[in-house]
Amino acid sequence: MNMVNAVNDALDIMLTHDDRVIVYGEDVGVEGGVFRVTEGLQAKHGAQRVFDSPLAESGLAGTAVGMAAAGLKPVVEMQFSGFAYPAFNQIVSHVARMHNRSRGKFKMPIVIRMPYGGGINALEHHSESLEAVWGHIPGLKVLIPSTPYDAKGMLIAAIESEDPVIFMEPKRIYRAIKQEVPEEKYSIPMGKAKVLTQGSDITVVAYGAMIREVQKAAALAKKENISVEIIDLRSIYPIDKETIAQSVRKTGRVITVTEATRSFGVSAEISAIAMEEAFLHLEAPPKRVTGFDTIVPLPRGEHHYLMSPEKILYEIIRTVKF
Amino acid sequence: MFTEYHPTKKKRFQVMDNDGKIINKKYFPDLSDAQVLKAYKDMLFARTADLMVVSYQRQGRIYTYPPNYGQEAIAGAVAQQIRHDDWVVPAFREMGLYLAKGATLKELFLYFMGYEDGSRFEKSNHMLPMSVPIASQLLHAAGIGYEINYRRKDEIVYTFVGDGGTSEGDFHEALNFAGVWKAPVIFIVQNNQYGISTPFRMQTASEGIAIKAMAYGIAGIQVDGNDFFAMYEAVKRSVAHIQEGKGPVLIEAVTYRKGAHTTSDDPTKYRTKEEEEQWDCTDPLKRLKAYLETRGVYNHEMEAQLIDEYKKETDRQFIEAENYPAYPLEDAFRFMYVDMPDDLKQQQTEHERFLKWKEAKQ
Repeated sequence: MNMVNAVNDALDIMLTHDDRVIVYGEDVGVEGGVFRVTEGLQAKHGAQRVFDSPLAESGLAGTAVGMAAAGLKPVVEMQFSGFAYPAFNQIVSHVARMHNRSRGKFKMPIVIRMPYGGGINALEHHSESLEAVWGHIPGLKVLIPSTPYDAKGMLIAAIESEDPVIFMEPKRIYRAIKQEVPEEKYSIPMGKAKVLTQGSDITVVAYGAMIREVQKAAALAKKENISVEIIDLRSIYPIDKETIAQSVRKTGRVITVTEATRSFGVSAEISAIAMEEAFLHLEAPPKRVTGFDTIVPLPRGEHHYLMSPEKILYEIIRTVKF
Repeated sequence: MFTEYHPTKKKRFQVMDNDGKIINKKYFPDLSDAQVLKAYKDMLFARTADLMVVSYQRQGRIYTYPPNYGQEAIAGAVAQQIRHDDWVVPAFREMGLYLAKGATLKELFLYFMGYEDGSRFEKSNHMLPMSVPIASQLLHAAGIGYEINYRRKDEIVYTFVGDGGTSEGDFHEALNFAGVWKAPVIFIVQNNQYGISTPFRMQTASEGIAIKAMAYGIAGIQVDGNDFFAMYEAVKRSVAHIQEGKGPVLIEAVTYRKGAHTTSDDPTKYRTKEEEEQWDCTDPLKRLKAYLETRGVYNHEMEAQLIDEYKKETDRQFIEAENYPAYPLEDAFRFMYVDMPDDLKQQQTEHERFLKWKEAKQ
């Protein structure tokens, strides 16, 4: 099963399991979404449960607020994360705040799914990674899976959650990784990172499509006799400080790999955690290995921007030799 | 009614003239004198409380407040017919309706004194808190409407926005979504002629708001929003329209904000005395009072007595709100999430540690 199938499976299970779940968005119904993530769901669950919305992102997020207030569990698809900005006001002002504003009276069990990230030779606005923007907003939870298995379990957890979740899907690896995924319903707790590979020389924190690049870099590093511990963050917020701190206390070194821009990003947060929680164990400055603070170039220039295993290896070596 | 007063006919729906005389008997609502008297009393209560809040604000006893003064018939007309399970999705200038929906003055005061507790509306089942980001609430109404249809319930959503709010994209999106979904929503635009200081003609080149309904394939009607009977009947027929499965309705309630936008602005800067006097003749309470006096069921003595009673009640609830317990640190944190992240708990604990340190130092 690839990640597209896994997300589809999670939605299918939750639609079957809970009649409060409503899945909608642009082209989500008949066509099954531009990435076919919701394919077949309308036919199976009916046009009241799975349907095409008018083409309006603020409308998607805003109506989800109303549905949630009235007791439903809307799962909304933003066609691309780069198209979500018209919904920013609704997400920041209401999705994230209604529960607090109403003193717990109106819960906002909303999941906003959005494919994100570069590397697919796309037009403008289709390649960015704005997880730090969502992670910065009080009231939201932000998840990013890196495998089909995690995608299914994390999405089920997100839909079961009573808090609003921004669920970012690394579209570059939508179909790139195939994996055995259990048929049954299972969930992966939010806020828990996963140590993918144990290592002793350096901790590399990443998530989403960057995990695959980091794994390649770790294989290259092994040839240089560098032992890399890889942490898949999985949850941008809540962030798993403890797993990061424990690892850094062990290895004494940490770099964070993101395809997002550098300044004010998740990588800065990881560096801060390393310094606040493991300062006396550090043998090198925590390093941010990220995209540039630029707009992701159009396909002909995108290779300059994209993270490569070699670039990660280069930064691993620099940090280990510091 | 929706055909007779179709927006293209450029007719404003009116039942009563400025002197309280019924000029459109065909549409006079089926209301007894006692019912009309109750409606008037509710509106008078809202007005009395509203004017008192402005004076509390001037005394520095409450923060910024958006007055309802002059617009009471709109919320008042809905308040007289809203059913227990109907929804209210407010903007922030519909006091009479919040009260009818179970909110208390004390809660409203708490909100404007700076407590989120004032938005909980403990005794109200289906009312969202006031919405500050202009027009954003209209989409919530459409979403609630979806749920009502999905669950096949017989409920109506009443949602509100001002004339300024109709310039927002969310106004368009909400009417569009609601139209496509045939959501049971009554969109009420309180066209009070100003968005803070910006006059209606600077908001839109359209001759009015009601006509915009046509673009969404829904019913629209322009109503004299200061005419209680016209508002009442328009709302009643909108409910029937929805119950017949014909989808949402857009009501443009033409009114005038006699007060400021909020206590922070000064209307003398952007409108003239002449204009204010002209609109004074259309005052919703004045007109309904004239009607009741003609019917022989109301007089000056009753009015004086009621105002006195309402002032005391307002003051009582205001003082209760003033004596509300101090805002505990915990309240800033506890409703951020249903399942609060450990890190957030830790932030609270860290701050509490600091407070203990500070206390020990003093």
